[in-house]
Amino acid sequence: MMSNPIGRLTQGQFSFLPDLTDAEISMQVEYGLNKGYAWSVEYTDDPHPRNTYWEMYGHPMFDLKDAAGVMMELAGCRKAFPNHYIRMLAFDSSAGVESIAMSFIVNRPKEEPGFALGRTETVGRTQRYAVRAYATDRPENERY
Amino acid sequence: MTAPLYRIPGATSAAQDVPVANEGAAADAAAPARTVADVLASSQVESVLDELDRELVGLTPVKQRIRDIAALLVIDKLRLNLGLAAQSPSLHMSFTGNPGTGKTTVAMRMAQILHRLGYVRKGHLVAVTRDDLVGQYIGHTAPKTREVLKKAMGGVLFIDEAYYLYRPENERDYGQEAIEILLQVMENQRDDLVVILAGYADRMDTFFRSNPGMSSRIAHHLDFPDYTEDELLAIAERMLAQQNYRFGAGAREAFAQYLARRVTQPHFANARSVRNALDRARLRQASRLFAERDRALDLDDLCTIAEADIRASRVFAAPAAPTTADAGSGDRSRPIAGRPL
Repeated sequence: MMSNPIGRLTQGQFSFLPDLTDAEISMQVEYGLNKGYAWSVEYTDDPHPRNTYWEMYGHPMFDLKDAAGVMMELAGCRKAFPNHYIRMLAFDSSAGVESIAMSFIVNRPKEEPGFALGRTETVGRTQRYAVRAYATDRPENERY
Repeated sequence: MTAPLYRIPGATSAAQDVPVANEGAAADAAAPARTVADVLASSQVESVLDELDRELVGLTPVKQRIRDIAALLVIDKLRLNLGLAAQSPSLHMSFTGNPGTGKTTVAMRMAQILHRLGYVRKGHLVAVTRDDLVGQYIGHTAPKTREVLKKAMGGVLFIDEAYYLYRPENERDYGQEAIEILLQVMENQRDDLVVILAGYADRMDTFFRSNPGMSSRIAHHLDFPDYTEDELLAIAERMLAQQNYRFGAGAREAFAQYLARRVTQPHFANARSVRNALDRARLRQASRLFAERDRALDLDDLCTIAEADIRASRVFAAPAAPTTADAGSGDRSRPIAGRPL
């Protein structure tokens, strides 16, 4: 319980808040679009913090003017992966930045078992630590 | 999660965010309007309609329909003030008409008009043709169509030459798939985007007959009438004024005679033919001035299309009634290399 006190994955923006409603997600997307970001939707069933690159659901959406298009894509992803982690990424393509400007989780599995801390003994009683998601013990399509 | 325990700056409350309020609707909140004049005062409806009347020649049925749509918006606002639920109307349109009757021009304005009337949120126009919607291999069409739809959200999706989407001669044509996705989004997300199909009348009829679902989901079938000669002349003067040209002495009458001859010839494309004729007149004016090397040209010279520039057209060279051999090549939309001007 110590490693996972609230039973929720905390990555990206807003992750300590209650889940955003669709209207709130839409407002965030709108904010990003006004800044000129390109949104994309990604999903995964391996929430390890070092798992940086999640699976892309469709292409990054450039040249959009309204949040409805992004929300349509999100709805599609939720339908396809109702029990996966889904996050929204906003890519800022302006020169000198060219990086992710916003990222937040918009869909979670019903149960989030959290992570185990593994310890390995190496030379001279040195301890090596590693975090491992309980969910990844199971094969890929049975995790959540 | 039902009610959030925090506030996002700018949000009033989570429940009210869902219908994105347009600027006009928010203004009514203070004192609910009871008359049409009240609503008109707080919205841009009237200025939109005036501008439309001023800037587009002819097109009475189209203007009338836009006026109806605007009126509905105003009445809906009054109904809303009395607590009557108003559902946003279906605004998908089809524009049919002969070449050069202003279908594309009106579609471009429609995005802006609907935005100012508060029906679409962003008011941009995404103009596409078959190539942008239909893929080249299996599984290519759906993502392509969806991407276009996503880009058009909050604005207007204009599908030019829409009848090409459906090719009855090939039953495995991917166009059908694009049509199905279009239909689905047109039905489910009519608050988010307005689809306008455009094309020539006869071919669009065939298209709608083979896709009854498409026809029934389009509320506004607008037919663009051909322009009269007077309207074409008015259009010509506007086009010239936009490019800072004007008719010289007698040139206006010459152009009226030109039009009278030209409309009887084949391949006449209304306003497009007028534009082409004027472009050729400008070329002639340029070479006329170019020939006089040593003359100092003042503003008047550079702005004026003279009568001679118009009389030099081949339309005047041909006999008034078109002969079968020559008629086709009288004036075309596309210039042909090596053709004498």
